[in-house]
Amino acid sequence: MFAYLVRRLLVMVPTLLAISAIVFTIIQLPPGDYLSTLIAELQSQGEAANLERIEFLRQQYGLDRTPVEQYFHWLFGLLHGDLGWSFEYNLPVSHVIGDRLLLSFLVAFVTVIFTYAVAFPIGIYSATHQYSWGDYGLTLLGFLGLATPSFLLALVMLYLANIWFGTSIGGLMDPEYIDQPMSWGKFASVLEHLWIPVIVIGTSGTAAMIRRLRANLLDELQKQYVTTARAKGLPPRRALLKYPLRMSLNPFISDIGDLLPHMISGAAIVSVVMSLPTNGPMLLSALRSQDMYLAGSFLMIEAVLIVVGVFLSDLALAALDPRIRLHGGATK
Amino acid sequence: MTDMQASGDRLAHYVRREPFDAYDGEKTDPALENYYMATQWKLMWWKLKRHKLALWSGAFLLVMYLSILVSELIAPYSLATRNTDFIYAPPQAVHLWHDGRFVGPFVYGLDYSLDMDTLKRNYVPNPDKVQPIRFFCRGESYEWMGLIEGSFHFMCPAEDGTLFLLGTDRLGRDMFSRLAYGTRISLTIGLIGVTIKFVLGIVLGGLAGYYGGWVDMVIQRLIEIIRSFPELPLWMALSASLPVSWSPLYIYFGITLILGLIGWTGLGRAVRSKLLSLREEDFCTAANLMGAKPRRIIFRHLVPSFMSHLIASATLAIPTMILGETALSFLGLGLRPPITSWGVLLTEAQNINVVALYPWLLLPVCAVIATVLAFNFLGDGLRDAADPYK
Repeated sequence: MFAYLVRRLLVMVPTLLAISAIVFTIIQLPPGDYLSTLIAELQSQGEAANLERIEFLRQQYGLDRTPVEQYFHWLFGLLHGDLGWSFEYNLPVSHVIGDRLLLSFLVAFVTVIFTYAVAFPIGIYSATHQYSWGDYGLTLLGFLGLATPSFLLALVMLYLANIWFGTSIGGLMDPEYIDQPMSWGKFASVLEHLWIPVIVIGTSGTAAMIRRLRANLLDELQKQYVTTARAKGLPPRRALLKYPLRMSLNPFISDIGDLLPHMISGAAIVSVVMSLPTNGPMLLSALRSQDMYLAGSFLMIEAVLIVVGVFLSDLALAALDPRIRLHGGATK
Repeated sequence: MTDMQASGDRLAHYVRREPFDAYDGEKTDPALENYYMATQWKLMWWKLKRHKLALWSGAFLLVMYLSILVSELIAPYSLATRNTDFIYAPPQAVHLWHDGRFVGPFVYGLDYSLDMDTLKRNYVPNPDKVQPIRFFCRGESYEWMGLIEGSFHFMCPAEDGTLFLLGTDRLGRDMFSRLAYGTRISLTIGLIGVTIKFVLGIVLGGLAGYYGGWVDMVIQRLIEIIRSFPELPLWMALSASLPVSWSPLYIYFGITLILGLIGWTGLGRAVRSKLLSLREEDFCTAANLMGAKPRRIIFRHLVPSFMSHLIASATLAIPTMILGETALSFLGLGLRPPITSWGVLLTEAQNINVVALYPWLLLPVCAVIATVLAFNFLGDGLRDAADPYK
């Protein structure tokens, strides 16, 4: 187990390095930089750009250096916990995104829990009652969940909640708590607002998971050992829970590697529609204004989050499944 | 027997005239023979035929794809025609009977009034204005695919009448016509994107699976890295980097390329694992011993054995691309007008006011959902049909 852990950790290092290089390339891709956008903006407003000041800023931000130098500078900063400088907010990136990151984590975490909590019982029901009306209904619902663009679901939910509960549920907390320090009141308010984004973001992931769990469990249930167990007179519930369910749980855990990117993707667009104070809207505006370090930090942090999530799910899988623990787990 | 012996008659001597066939007992009826001799594709088709839902989905998709050839003919108005008197007009219902008398398909003309308190435009169908829909008629002129000029439509509004089957948008453009044009872009983006995915997936997955060793290692890591990014933010970042100065057509290809470049990983993995198991098979060793080159072995022997499986996965991959394009365009990072896709149409419905006041602007989402569902059903059906163990 220990050897597996060490090897798994070592593989993460080059992966993360490559990710950082890709992120940096992407944020460098747009022609020009933040300052040239700024100059163009000033000129379009008829103001003369102060070229000396621009030149000073360019040197200050290190934008006059070669991209490779800039990359290593950025990477060096990252390793020291310095995410760079946000041009648009004129603040260190870590100050800008701190609160939002916490809320993003919260949303992602609660959504994963929601997905599991909903997908698990429904998946088991669908598999054990194959081709029943309940199974058909739930499968149809799952397909609809997969097919509906999440941003539209968000819009419609906003509207319905407005009609049914008479409240504006955009945002993640009541307006009076915004920019306030964390308190119980704020926490409760966040929880109150959280459920709609969680449902909206979780829907497609839940639908996908139900389908997979159903398929896995059906495969297991057709195997001989289940028939043997039944023939020996094991009660149906035990014949289901003891082995087949355990076997079909494997993908349930390894799927977190697919689930997490999915969730973060979904969260990005849903939070733009619902104006949640999470990563999405800020990433969008950072990309538009070429606030490169801000955009880069978001991409980087999200990728790191996913890599760590996959690592944790691999650990859980190794703990569950001796085949992976003992044979190095290259079976995926 | 005893009777026969008693009578003393001899048994009739039977001689069979046909030549002796040692395999006579193994003969089967022609239907079964047909089944045994059928090619893999035929078997798939027979299996798919039993899957009614998948078949209907396939038919629906076929109709949709055929429709993009004649979008101009289906749309009663052209893409950018502005009916300035009918801004935010609601959908007009099609009726058949007027005053207990059969008229054929027609719509009631709309009466416009402005609510002076809320400045909301009110449109009321006027039962006196019966406007029969004309079919196979001459209407607005267009250039078919930008090549051939014409003015023939499958249906047109009545002379001096209107025909807004799905209402109009903020510029008074007919949503149904725009939806018909948007279908062309949205559906082809899925096809082109999936082709890119397919090629990348087969080539890279094939290399990894066939050669193994360090090639496999590198490609595996590459897949892992790409999969570590959340899709949508990565798409957002890449499409934000498309130069603003590009023409909408280039942007269209750029977006397709981005969707394809990121999406191939799933397919690549599938190809790799299939190849890993297939290359151990005897027929592959035999080909190898006879001196076949790797390229020939991969494309001649290995790819055909899992092509059916790949096609099923590709079918399931198209909806992701359609949804991806919709999301990107909705955020304003995807396609730009005048290129119109379903996502571009949905940008009109970006806030809650639209849902409350002009819900028909959300209708393009029905097209998205129907298409994505159809692709999913068809893909599931194909996958089951391609699986020899089911």
